[in-house]
Amino acid sequence: MADFLIGLGLPGWLAWSIAALVAAILLLNVIAGGALVFIWAERKIAARIQDRLGPTRTGGRFGWLQSLADGIKLLAKEDLMPEGADGLLFRLAPYVSFCASFCAFIALPFAFDVVGQRLNVGVFFVVAVLGLEVFGVILAGYASASKWSLFGAMREAAQVVSYEVPLGMCVVVPVMLAGTMDLVTIAEKQSGWMSNWYLFHDPFTFVIFWIYVTCAVASVNRAPFDLAEAESELVAGFHTEYSGLRWSFFFMAEYGSMFLVSALAAVLFLGGWNGPVPVAQLVGLSEGTGDSAAYFVRLLGLANLIGKATFGVLLMMWVRWTLPRLRIDQVMTTCLKYCTPIAAVMFAGAMFWQLFLPGGLLPGWSRPAGEIREGWLEGPGGLPATSAPAVVRSAGVAAAEPSDSSGLAKRSPR
Amino acid sequence: MSNLIDDDPRIIEFDVRTDEMLVNMGPQHPSTHGVLRLVLRTDGEIVSETEPHIGYLHRCAEKIGENVSPRQWIPYTDRLDYLAAMNMNLGWALTVEKLMRHGVGEKARHLRVLIAELNRIASHLVGMGAYGLDLGTFSPFLYAFREREKILDLFEEACGARLTYSYITVGGATADLPSGWLQKCEAFLDQFEPIIKEYHALLTTNAIFVKRTAGVGVLSREMAIDYGCSGPVLRGSGVDQDMRRDGESLYTGMYDGYAFEVAVQKDGRYPRDHTYPSVPKEVVLGDCWHRFFVRMLEVVQSMDLVRQSIDRYAACREPLGEPLKLAEKLPVGDAYLETEAPKGQMGFYIVGNGTSIPWRVRARSSSFSNLSVTHELCRGCLIADVPAIVGSLDIVMGEIDR
Repeated sequence: MADFLIGLGLPGWLAWSIAALVAAILLLNVIAGGALVFIWAERKIAARIQDRLGPTRTGGRFGWLQSLADGIKLLAKEDLMPEGADGLLFRLAPYVSFCASFCAFIALPFAFDVVGQRLNVGVFFVVAVLGLEVFGVILAGYASASKWSLFGAMREAAQVVSYEVPLGMCVVVPVMLAGTMDLVTIAEKQSGWMSNWYLFHDPFTFVIFWIYVTCAVASVNRAPFDLAEAESELVAGFHTEYSGLRWSFFFMAEYGSMFLVSALAAVLFLGGWNGPVPVAQLVGLSEGTGDSAAYFVRLLGLANLIGKATFGVLLMMWVRWTLPRLRIDQVMTTCLKYCTPIAAVMFAGAMFWQLFLPGGLLPGWSRPAGEIREGWLEGPGGLPATSAPAVVRSAGVAAAEPSDSSGLAKRSPR
Repeated sequence: MSNLIDDDPRIIEFDVRTDEMLVNMGPQHPSTHGVLRLVLRTDGEIVSETEPHIGYLHRCAEKIGENVSPRQWIPYTDRLDYLAAMNMNLGWALTVEKLMRHGVGEKARHLRVLIAELNRIASHLVGMGAYGLDLGTFSPFLYAFREREKILDLFEEACGARLTYSYITVGGATADLPSGWLQKCEAFLDQFEPIIKEYHALLTTNAIFVKRTAGVGVLSREMAIDYGCSGPVLRGSGVDQDMRRDGESLYTGMYDGYAFEVAVQKDGRYPRDHTYPSVPKEVVLGDCWHRFFVRMLEVVQSMDLVRQSIDRYAACREPLGEPLKLAEKLPVGDAYLETEAPKGQMGFYIVGNGTSIPWRVRARSSSFSNLSVTHELCRGCLIADVPAIVGSLDIVMGEIDR
């Protein structure tokens, strides 16, 4: 889009700013709209699980406008801040949380090339930025001048920081298989039939996917790991003192993160925007067939990815309304005694599998992760592909050190 | 100054000085079952001291009882343990009958068993669901309330009220059951019986539930007796005592001819009259899990008792009989009687002085004694264990504060 604007004669900085603004607004709507839909879905699902009806009236049928109505109610609420609270930090905290959740969306590919900003360290970026969400929570807990909030914040800090470790190990496995940290390339490499998904790449990736699910649920504070807002223990945890719009920002951040980790799971393990059956390829449509075909393929990919991510979110909701909550020491035990060692072993296993059985046990089961072009070399930035080795070998032990270092080394001297 | 810091071994050891924090849990806290206030002294997540503060629901119920006639005080007993109002009515009615040496007919006896046991199921359902809430799972609470609603529907049909019934009264009950009520009750039991398995799947045998409750808040047999605990709390610690079997003959006579086995672990096993889930390995006798499990067994036990009483009540052909007049004169003397309410032993004391107004009315509630063990059980536990422990005691503030 920026190129198009430059072509119209706009100066570069303005063109880039406009393009960034448009992308940001689009992504913001993904979170806000997604949160509305998911909050409504959660209420309906929880209600059905609990033998209730849930919202039925707002918006005519099924109460589909209920979350919007709630949002308007939250907007109209009195702006409350407890006495003794640290005003600046108290006001800042929800936005810090929300920004972290929102920024991570920038690097998330929704379909081929439908991505806010394609990054050659996309995986790293998403995980790192998502981890920043905890700052907002800690700020909220500290600034609220409430002991319960402080408890919630400390729990969240301990929990999220601990779960980053196994989460990082899980995320590294697909990176190793693909030989790149670029989310677009990782998803692209899983195109074709369902058996190309990294979930089915080898037994180790299958196990590590479930570790990832556990850690992802824990890192976004959903039940049974929702200790930071344990209502039976800590009243409401870190957002005890929040109300109105600020509270709703925490809520949106939570739902945004839920969607994000599910989408990340989809990209890393479940083939990204590639459906279980390569419908588009089978009927002969591809990116190169023409403009309308390309749009159709992308639309299909978009539906695929959002469907997978939604499935992940629904899974989290199902778990939440079924299981009791763990205790803080049990949460830590789960992380340090189970998730981390298992993830480490699976990581090593996947590494050796890649080294000795790169083609899988059955011929044609999964494609060898061989010669691929690093996405950033031919990205929209317009680097000439000849300025760096266009082919990166990614199979084998070399991939154990994820392509981060190699990517850094080969970064263009700009 | 620096010498002082150097001499303090704690500072050298930890480098950072940590302070204990006083936290108020309640009276406006979602998991303190009403208006209980617990003052926790915590070091990080570890609770070193718990002090319950009560009195937020005090309504001078006992003093009011000394200004109205015993039958007029029945509605106040409803509000003691408002989750088991029928059992409260029953306890008071029996105490007054004991003072007046007034017996009730066979039909009223079986009706009372039927109603009291049905209310025990309702009360334990709330206890179970609320315990799920305390542990952070919401759905069992609504499943429990779904079934409790059906019991309340039955009660509503019998006496017109859904929470504060004033149904069982001195000399019998205010009205006989309407026709067709027994069939509805049986239909409810048939429908309810298989559902208990779901509760066991969702809570009793759930891995996380067991992790949260096993070995938490272990109340030893001796401590339970020392603190005067009763009901499921006492039986959860392995003490074989149930007022329906061990109480005064006036009360146990009500259960004459009824077959039931007290829900308590004897020789390492629970009664085998039904198929219950097996006891997980990691639980310790007297912990939260056992208290919860005893309640679940008592639900089944009460269902059996209700079934038995339905048959017996239906076999009675004589009319129910009229309750005592509102202003019946009380004899000079006193009477004390303990009954087995769902939460434990509920004792009422009455002193008559020849007028229709009692000279003294006192109530002894089980929840009060059961609550008094919290500071022992919560010593050194985590914050998350406090709701787990208090919830497993299944207290009702209306009964504690009176």
